[in-house]
Amino acid sequence: MASRAEPISAVQRAGAAIAALVLLAVLGPLAAVLWRAESVTGLGPADFSAIRFTIWQAFLSAVFSIVLAIPVARALARRSFPGRAALIALMGAPFILPVIVAVLGLITIFGRRGVLNEGLAALGIPGLEIYGLHGVVLAHVFFNLPLAVRLFLQGWLAIPAERFRLAATLGFTPRDIARHMERPMLWQVAPGAFLVIFLICTTSFAVALILGGGPRATTVELAIYQAFRYEFDLGRAAMLGLVQVGICVVAGLLVLRVAVPAAMGTGLDRPLERFDRQTTLQRAGDWLAITLAALFLLMPLLAVLLRGVGGVLTLPGSVWAAAERSVLLSLATATLAVALALPMALLIARGRARGLLETIGALSIAVSPLVIGTGLFLILRPYVNPSSSALPVTGLVNALAALPFLLRALVPAIEAAEAGYGPLADSLGLTGGQRLRHVLLPRIRRPLGFGAGLAAAMSMGDLGVITLFAAPQDGTLPLEMFRLMGAYRTDDAEAAALVLLVLSLLLFWIFDRGGRANAAT
Amino acid sequence: MLRLDDVVLGFEGFTLSADLSVPKGARLAILGPSGGGKTTLLSTIAGFLRPDTGRVILDGQDVTDWPVQDRPLSILFQEGNLFPHLTAFDNVALGVDPSLKLTEVQRADVARALDQVGLGDMGARKPGDLSGGQRSRVALARMLLRRKPLALLDEPFAALDPGLRREMLSLVGDLCDAEGLMLVMVSHDLRDAERLCTDLCLLEEGRIILNGALQPMLADPPELLAPWL
Repeated sequence: MASRAEPISAVQRAGAAIAALVLLAVLGPLAAVLWRAESVTGLGPADFSAIRFTIWQAFLSAVFSIVLAIPVARALARRSFPGRAALIALMGAPFILPVIVAVLGLITIFGRRGVLNEGLAALGIPGLEIYGLHGVVLAHVFFNLPLAVRLFLQGWLAIPAERFRLAATLGFTPRDIARHMERPMLWQVAPGAFLVIFLICTTSFAVALILGGGPRATTVELAIYQAFRYEFDLGRAAMLGLVQVGICVVAGLLVLRVAVPAAMGTGLDRPLERFDRQTTLQRAGDWLAITLAALFLLMPLLAVLLRGVGGVLTLPGSVWAAAERSVLLSLATATLAVALALPMALLIARGRARGLLETIGALSIAVSPLVIGTGLFLILRPYVNPSSSALPVTGLVNALAALPFLLRALVPAIEAAEAGYGPLADSLGLTGGQRLRHVLLPRIRRPLGFGAGLAAAMSMGDLGVITLFAAPQDGTLPLEMFRLMGAYRTDDAEAAALVLLVLSLLLFWIFDRGGRANAAT
Repeated sequence: MLRLDDVVLGFEGFTLSADLSVPKGARLAILGPSGGGKTTLLSTIAGFLRPDTGRVILDGQDVTDWPVQDRPLSILFQEGNLFPHLTAFDNVALGVDPSLKLTEVQRADVARALDQVGLGDMGARKPGDLSGGQRSRVALARMLLRRKPLALLDEPFAALDPGLRREMLSLVGDLCDAEGLMLVMVSHDLRDAERLCTDLCLLEEGRIILNGALQPMLADPPELLAPWL
């Protein structure tokens, strides 16, 4: 969109100031890490093995997610059945699902004494091991398979309907359709999807914290945490932080090189209109793929629901106190994220210095939250007791982490509103706050509500920075749950997981719902 | 010949009813406002949509329940007639064998079809490296090669500029004459219809309000045709 000739308004000044603040909030801690890391000499063998493990598990996770997603997406694209829309909506849920809840669910199903291994043992087959590489990859596939399915499904639905009609008139068999239409689409979507998942998996901390560990299954992020928490070797933590930034920057640059499709798109609930005759075997394969995917995604969550529900009433007070802290923190995070994102999005939609602003908005993807947390710790330590600032720091870092998602949702909506009603607003002399209130806000309520809900849910379930800072008595709910798991208080942990799950979904639902109500579309 | 016997079809809150007969060798233009049901009618003939009642008869055979791929017809869509990752040659060759395993004789046929539409030396190019008119010609070459007795055209040249469109229409006319094809074309321009077609069918709100030979209508235009002149 072309930039308008208009005197710089208060909104734009606010946007620029906030962009500068965001830049400072990311680069400041990074500089602190850099400065602290200088005094350290090199990396040890344990560090190199952490780097290798980080890349290897991310690679495997991305490969499995992509390969398994293809049959599922294909089946969803060409079958219609009751519950299809719900299943596709569920595929969007991992964004708002607390990692620790899902991991507990996975342990319940796939763990040593889980449903699957009990079954295997009854058949005399040796069981699976969920701790270590297997478990880390399993959990990452659980979170990223749905993302990959949505990306591929979008690719399938982006094949013009006319092309399927053309294929029908030319007498294409399913094999011809695969060759001429589906495979070219897959080659287009897969590299971007692979790299995004790879990037997500290199920075995933909570999964490695719970399922990894030990010399053979430690990621760089986990090594930062251990250096911090157990050895209190800040220099080494900073050095590892730099390594992590390096990995993310390389992966991030690769992501930018290939076109990355957006996964947030709607309209996925329409099945493809196909005319080719499919064999019974293909039909059966489709149903198998859909059933297995649904079971894989639903069983861990059902396990949490069923096993948690009995223990909720007898949960210790500390869990409820943590829940209260978490809800307040996540509300504050969502507010802060919106306060940062809205002025920036308005400025980006104006078209001024767009590339720079978008890069600033996306920085928190390249610099992992744990690294920012480490840097903030280094900066704050001389002035305040870090554990007393645990919650504000967590809120800030989570708001920064949610910023790219919010910008992605808001900018197109603002642009559409400006394209549709900007000239009218101009002619009526609506500028600044009035324009925002009367023209823009009513038209961006939906993405705003969605984005705020996403920020709230992400913050509610976050088990990252808080682990570095929090003192035993004032953790968030995910941290409290992690402690319960560590203390083998499984019943309490399962009940806490249920509370955490319900609160996360509820927070998302309330914000998202609020955005939809009375939204001008 | 093509006949629609009391075809009625409800589709997305819209009802099409059509009773229509196109003689062999005739070229029918379906004219009408947007949303009048032109494309729905064409999709019914092609087999993308199945009528609720009534029959579709093609060359004496009841094809109402035949799947698209078995009907003796070819279609040119408004756009998306070509696969962007395949060369012009391969796009035409799909009309012979979707697996693209062609014999020497078949390859020669493809080359001849490209020649016929004036693209003999463009076979190696991909659609992205062809102009809009050239892309239409590739699609046309494939239609020729398939040698199906009925050609369905869904405003395939709408995106071309008027001069080029006229050129393509007369090319289609020549090729239909040469191959003896029957043709049904959706259009929203009476001039285009005049250039190519022998018969006219005017469709409004899902109903045929005018149907017959084109020339007499043009000589003495009925009231209903006035807005289109």
